[in-house]
Amino acid sequence: MLEQDKKRYWKQNLKYVGVLLSIWFLVSFVFGILLVDELNTIQIGGFKLGFWFAQQGAIYVFVIIIFVYVYLMNKLDKKFHCNE
Amino acid sequence: MSIQVWTWILVGITFSLYIGIAIWSRAASTKDFYVAGGGVSPLANGLATAADWMSAASFISMAGIISFMGYDGSVYLMGWTGGYVLLALLLAPYLRKFGKFTVTDFIGDRYYSNTARSVAVFCALLISFTYVAGQMRGVGLVFSRFLEVNINTGVVIGMIIVLFYAVLGGMKGITYTQVAQYCVLIFAFMVPAIFISIQMTGNVFPQVGFGGMDENGVYLLEKLDKLHTELGFAEYTSGSKTKLDVFFITVSLMVGTAGLPHVIVRFFTVKKVSDARKSAGWALLFIAILYTTAPAIAVFSRVNLIETVQNKEYKQLPEWFANWERTGLITFTDKNADGKVQYLANAKKNELKVDRDIMVLANPEIAKLPNWVVALVAAGGLAAALSTAAGLLLVISASVSHDLIKKMINPNISEKGELIAARVSSVVAVCIAGYFGINPPDFVAATVALAFGLAAASFFPAIVLGIFSKRTNKEGVVSGMLVGILLMLFYMTKFKFGWFGGGTKEDWWLGISPEGFGTVAMLVNMVISLVVSRLTVAPPEEVQELVENIRIPSNAGNAHQH
Repeated sequence: MLEQDKKRYWKQNLKYVGVLLSIWFLVSFVFGILLVDELNTIQIGGFKLGFWFAQQGAIYVFVIIIFVYVYLMNKLDKKFHCNE
Repeated sequence: MSIQVWTWILVGITFSLYIGIAIWSRAASTKDFYVAGGGVSPLANGLATAADWMSAASFISMAGIISFMGYDGSVYLMGWTGGYVLLALLLAPYLRKFGKFTVTDFIGDRYYSNTARSVAVFCALLISFTYVAGQMRGVGLVFSRFLEVNINTGVVIGMIIVLFYAVLGGMKGITYTQVAQYCVLIFAFMVPAIFISIQMTGNVFPQVGFGGMDENGVYLLEKLDKLHTELGFAEYTSGSKTKLDVFFITVSLMVGTAGLPHVIVRFFTVKKVSDARKSAGWALLFIAILYTTAPAIAVFSRVNLIETVQNKEYKQLPEWFANWERTGLITFTDKNADGKVQYLANAKKNELKVDRDIMVLANPEIAKLPNWVVALVAAGGLAAALSTAAGLLLVISASVSHDLIKKMINPNISEKGELIAARVSSVVAVCIAGYFGINPPDFVAATVALAFGLAAASFFPAIVLGIFSKRTNKEGVVSGMLVGILLMLFYMTKFKFGWFGGGTKEDWWLGISPEGFGTVAMLVNMVISLVVSRLTVAPPEEVQELVENIRIPSNAGNAHQH
C-alpha cells in the first residue's frame, strides 16, 4: 500500500469512528441522562421515553453501531485492498 | 422432583460437559495456552466473550440492584454495554493487528520500556484479583442455597472445576467451555423471564412486556411508580442520584469495561483484524440479550415482591420466604407487633430487609414457577461465575508466566518451561481466589468498583493514545498511568475506607462519587500523557512504524509479493 493510500485509509476510518461515536454519545449520554426529564414527558406505550433510552434503547443502538462499523470497514478494506 | 434433586441433576450435567470440553481441547503450546492458537471463529469468540464478561454480578446481582435503584440502575445497563462500542471502534482491531499475547505486551512494546510493562503487570494483577474474589463468592452462594452444602465446600468444588479446565486447556479450554457456559447461562436467564413476562403481562418478550399492562389494564411501570411513592421510596422511573454523578459513573464503567484485560485479551484469539471487529459485534449482541432482559426482571420482581409481602400476615407468607430467611438474606422484625410485614422506605418503621443478590435467584420461586426452572437458574449462576473466573485466572497466569518471567526475569526460558510456569501460576491463582471466596474481604463490593476505576484510569488511555497518537512516548504514558492510578486509589480509599482523613458524601469533589471518579482519573491521565509526551523526546523510529503498521489491517509488506 502506498504512503498516501495509508493516510487516506486512516482518515476515512477516523471519520467513521467520529460519526459513530457521536451517535453512541447521543443515545446514551444525551437521551438517557442529560435530556432524560424532557424525554420522560413523552410516553410510548408503558414507557417514558427517556427511561426507555436509558434501560433499552441505548443498548439496541450500541449493537447496531458495531455492526454498521463492521460493514463500513469491510468495504473500506476491500477498496484499499488491505483485507486479509 | 424437589428443587434440590433437579439442581444436582442440572449442575451435574453442565459440570460434566465443561470437563469433557476441557479434556478435548488441551493446550499444547504457549500460543494455545494464551490465545487459543489464534484461530477462534468470530462467532465462537463472541459467545466466549459474552460469557467471559457476564459474571456472577451480571447474572445474580444486576437485576436485583436495578430492582432497588430503578432509573439509577441504568448506569450499569449503559455502562457495561457501551464499553463494547469503544472496544470495537478504538481498541480491538488494532490490538489484534499488533498480535501478541497480552495487553501488557502492547504497553511494553509500544512504549519500549520495562517500567511501563511493570506498571501494566501491576494493574492487570490488581484488577483481576479484585474481580475474581467476587466470582468465587458467587459460586459459594449458589451452592449453599440450592444444594444446601456449606458455602466453603461450594467454593472448593468450584475451584476444582475451574482448575481442571483453566490449567489443562488454558485459553483454548476456556474459550470452548465459555461457549457452552454462555448457552447455559442465557437459557437459564431467559426461561424464567419469559415465563414471568407471560404471567404478568401476557407478552412473550420481557423487553416489551415490562412496558405492558397487568390484568387490570394498568401499565406496570405506572403501578410501580405509584407503589414506590406510597411506600416512601423515590419514583422507580426517576431515581435519586444527581445527573452529573450518573453521567460520570456511566463514563467510568464504559471506559473501564473497554480497559479490562480479561475482555481485551479475548480479541487476540481470532484469526484476523476484521474478525476482531465482527466478534465484538457478536459479543455485544449476546450480552444485550441478557442486559435488555435484566431491567424487565427488575420490574417484575419488584412488583411481585411488594405485592406478595406488603401488609401480609407473616405466618401466611409463601414457602420461599422461609427458605431465604434461613440463609439470612431476608430478615423480618415485627417492630409494631401486628404480625404483618411492613415494607417501607422509612428505616425506623421498615420491618423487612431483602438482600439485592437474591432477586434473580428467588424470582422463579416468588413467581411460583416449576422446580426445574428454579434449578436451571442455579446452574446458570454457576456458569456465569465460573466462566468469568476462568478468564480472569488466565490473565493472572499470563501476567506472571509471560509478562513477568518470559519478558522481564528470564527471557531465555524454553516454551515448555513457560507453559509449566503458566500452569503453576494458574494453580496458585485459583488457590488465592478460593481463599478470598472463603474469607471474603468486606470491601469486595467497593473493590469491584475500584477495578473499573483502575482500568479506566490506567489501561484505556494508555492503549488508545498508543494507537491514535504517534507522538505519545514512554515518559508521557508512565507518568500518566501512575498519576491516574494513584489519584484513583487516593479518592477511593479516602471515601470508601476513610483513609487520608476520610469524608462523606458532602465532601465529594464536585459531587462525584468514588464510582464515577474513574472518569476524572482517566481524563487526568490523558492530559498528563499528552503534555509530558510533547515536552520530551519523540518515540524512536521503529515504534512510530509499529503504530503505522497496526492502523492498517493487512501487512503492507505483503503487497509486492504477489
